[in-house]
Amino acid sequence: MTAEASTAGEAGARSPLSGLTGKWWFWAAVIVAVFAIVGLDVWGLDEDAENHKAILSFLGDGLVGFLKAVTEPVALFWLKLGFAIETSMTGLLVGVLYSLVALGFVLIYKASGMFNYSQGVMVLFAALTFVGLTEYGIPVILALVMAVGVMILFAIVVEFLILRHLVNQEQIILFMATIGLAFFLEGFGDTIWGSNVKKIPLDLPSGAMDWLTIGDWNVQVQWLDISAAATGAVMVVALAVFFNKTRIGRALRAVADDHQAALSVGINLRTIWIIVWSVAGIVALFAGIVWGAPSGVQFSLSLIALKALPVLLIGGFESIPGAIVAGLIVGFGEKIAEVSWGDSLGGGIENWFAFMLAMVFLVIRPQGLFGEKIIERV
Amino acid sequence: MSEASTSTGNGDAKQLLLAVNNIEVIYDHVILVLKGVSLEVPEGGIVALLGANGAGKTTTLKAVSNLLGAERGDVTKGNILYKGEEVQNLDPNQLVKRGVIQVMEGRHCFEHLTVEENLLTGAYTRRSGINDSLELVYSYFPRLKDRRTSLAGYISGGEQQMCAIGRALMSNPSTMLLDEPSMGLAPQLVEEIFERVKKLNEEQGVSILLAEQNTNMALKYAHYGYILESGRVVMDGDAKDLAENEDVKEFYLGISSEGRRSFRDVKHYKRRKRWLA
Ligand SMILES: Nc1ncnc2c1ncn2[C@@H]1O[C@H](COP(=O)(O)OP(=O)(O)OP(=O)(O)O)[C@@H](O)[C@H]1O
Ligand SMILES: [Mg+2]
Repeated sequence: MTAEASTAGEAGARSPLSGLTGKWWFWAAVIVAVFAIVGLDVWGLDEDAENHKAILSFLGDGLVGFLKAVTEPVALFWLKLGFAIETSMTGLLVGVLYSLVALGFVLIYKASGMFNYSQGVMVLFAALTFVGLTEYGIPVILALVMAVGVMILFAIVVEFLILRHLVNQEQIILFMATIGLAFFLEGFGDTIWGSNVKKIPLDLPSGAMDWLTIGDWNVQVQWLDISAAATGAVMVVALAVFFNKTRIGRALRAVADDHQAALSVGINLRTIWIIVWSVAGIVALFAGIVWGAPSGVQFSLSLIALKALPVLLIGGFESIPGAIVAGLIVGFGEKIAEVSWGDSLGGGIENWFAFMLAMVFLVIRPQGLFGEKIIERV
Repeated sequence: MSEASTSTGNGDAKQLLLAVNNIEVIYDHVILVLKGVSLEVPEGGIVALLGANGAGKTTTLKAVSNLLGAERGDVTKGNILYKGEEVQNLDPNQLVKRGVIQVMEGRHCFEHLTVEENLLTGAYTRRSGINDSLELVYSYFPRLKDRRTSLAGYISGGEQQMCAIGRALMSNPSTMLLDEPSMGLAPQLVEEIFERVKKLNEEQGVSILLAEQNTNMALKYAHYGYILESGRVVMDGDAKDLAENEDVKEFYLGISSEGRRSFRDVKHYKRRKRWLA
C-alpha cells in the first residue's frame, strides 16, 4: 500500500467500556487473573502462600465461591477429555445448521437491507411443503425438487407483491412487511398442509459411529449429526463459491455495497432479490428437513429462526463468514454450557445460552465478530 | 431564455445521438427541480453541462440514465430520445444494454469488491468479449492494472475515479454520462482523467455528456456546452465561444476584465438579470 492508501476504521456504536474491552490484552489479563485466583483456591496449588490468603480475604469468599462454582464444572468437564470431545463435536455439528439458517438472514439483509422476520416460518413452510408432497405419494427426490420450485415461486411472488413496491422505504417498514409475510405464510401453510405433526419420510442414517477412544471413553458421533453437518457444510461452501466466483454472486455483493451504483451499471435489482429470496428459501428447506427429522415437522420448527438471531448478533448482520463462525460458536458454546452448568442450574441452558452470549457481544462488540468493516478514506 | 440550438458539435452535421426535449423533473411529487431543460448530444461529441451547485446537472444526467426512479424523482414533462427512440420509460438496465451508462458523482465504486471485480460488474449486461474489454480498460488506465486485487475502498480518489470510468467502459457504451469526474481531485489528476476521457472519445467513439463545476477544464475538452441555472438552460454554444464569452468568464471562470475574482463575489441577482432579461 502506498502512502495515499487509506486506513480502515472500526464501525459501529461504542459502549462505555470499549476503551478497554476492545483491547485483547485486557481480556487476556482478566482471564489469567480469574484462573490464577480460582486455580489457587480450587486445586490448592499454593495452599499456604501468605499473599494468596491476603488476596482471598480481600476479595471475600463470595466472589471466589461464585467464580469457583462457574469455572469448576468447566474444568472438570475438560478433564474428561473423551466426553468433552464428543460433546464438542455434537455442538459443532448443530452449529453448522445454525450457520445455515443465519446465512438465509444475512443474504436477504445484505441484498435488500431487510431483516426478514419470516425466515423462521419459511423453514417451517418449506419443510411442510416437502413432507406434504411426499404424503401424496410423490417420490422423495421429486418432492424435494418440487419443494425447491415452490420456494423459488415464493421468492418471485414476494418480489412481485412486496419488494418492488417498497423500494426506498424505511427499514422499519420493510421489517413490518416481513412480519406480515410471516403471519401469512404460517396460516397459508396451515391451510394447505394441515397442522398435525408430520414425519419426515427420509431414511436418514441413524445410530452412532465409534470415532476414537480416549482413556476408557468411546467417543461417539451420531450419524444423523454427521450427515446433516456434511450437507450443511457443502451448502455453505457452495454458497461461498457462488458469491465469490460467479457473475450473479458478484452482482449480489455489488448490490449489498451500493444499490445506486449497482443500478447504474445495469444490474437489475428485482432479479437479484428473486435470486436471494430463492437461495434463502432453499436454505430454509434444508434446515427444515434436517431439524424436522428427529421430531417431525411442526410449528416449533419456525422457532429455530430465533436461534439464528443471537448467531446474527454475534457474527454481524452483514457478514457471511461471521454467520458461519458464530453459528459454530453458538452450537459449541451451548452444548458445553449445558453439560457444565446444566446440573447446578436445573438444565435448559441450551435454550437461553445463545441469547446471553449475544448480549455480551452487544456490549463488547456491537458490530459483531465479523461486522462489516466500514472503509473510511483519509 | 435560449432554446437549445440544433447545430451542435464543431459545426459539422454529425448525427444526433441523444436529445433531451424540454423536460421537467419533480422529486417526491412536489419539488420541481428541472423546469424545461433541452439539450443534444451528437454522435461522437463531448458536451459539457455546466452550472453551480444545485443547478440541476446531476438531475439532468439521472433523468437520461433513469436513475431518478431510485430517488423518487419523476420526469413529468417533455421527452428523451436516444437514437430516435423514446427512452424515458426504460429501466437503467435496459438503457445500459442500449449503450447509455452513467458514471455517478462521487465515484461510487463497490468498496468491498476488488478493482477487477468492480470492472467485471460493469460487464454485467454482457456475455461475451469481456476479457477484451478488461484489457482495453487496463490499457487506458494502467494504474488500475497494478491495483487490480486491491479493494476499491482502499485505493486513492483518482484511482477510484478511473475505476468508476473503467467500470462504465466495461459495458461497451456508446454514450457515457460523466458526473463531476473532477470532484475532490488535485489539478494534475483532473487533467490526466480528462485526457483519458478525450482519448476514449476519439479512439473508441464514445460520446460524452459531462456535468462539471470545473468550467475551465470542461470547456477545454468539450466541443459544445450548456449552462444550467436553477433548472433552466440559460446559455449554450460551442465550447470555444463559451470560454471566450465575457459573462461566462466573469461568473464561471472567475475572470473579469479587472482580473481574477472570487466566485463568491458574484451576486446572484446580477447573473439572472444579464441572462434572463
Ligand atoms: N433526491 C432528491 N430529492 C429532493 N430534491 C433533490 C434530490 N436530489 C436533488 N435535489 C434538489 O434538486 C436540485 C438540483 O440538484 P442536482 O443534484 O441536480 O444539482 P447539481 O447541479 O448536480 O449540483 P452539484 O454541483 O452540487 O452536484 C437541488 O436543489 C437539490 O436540492
Ligand atoms: Mg451534481
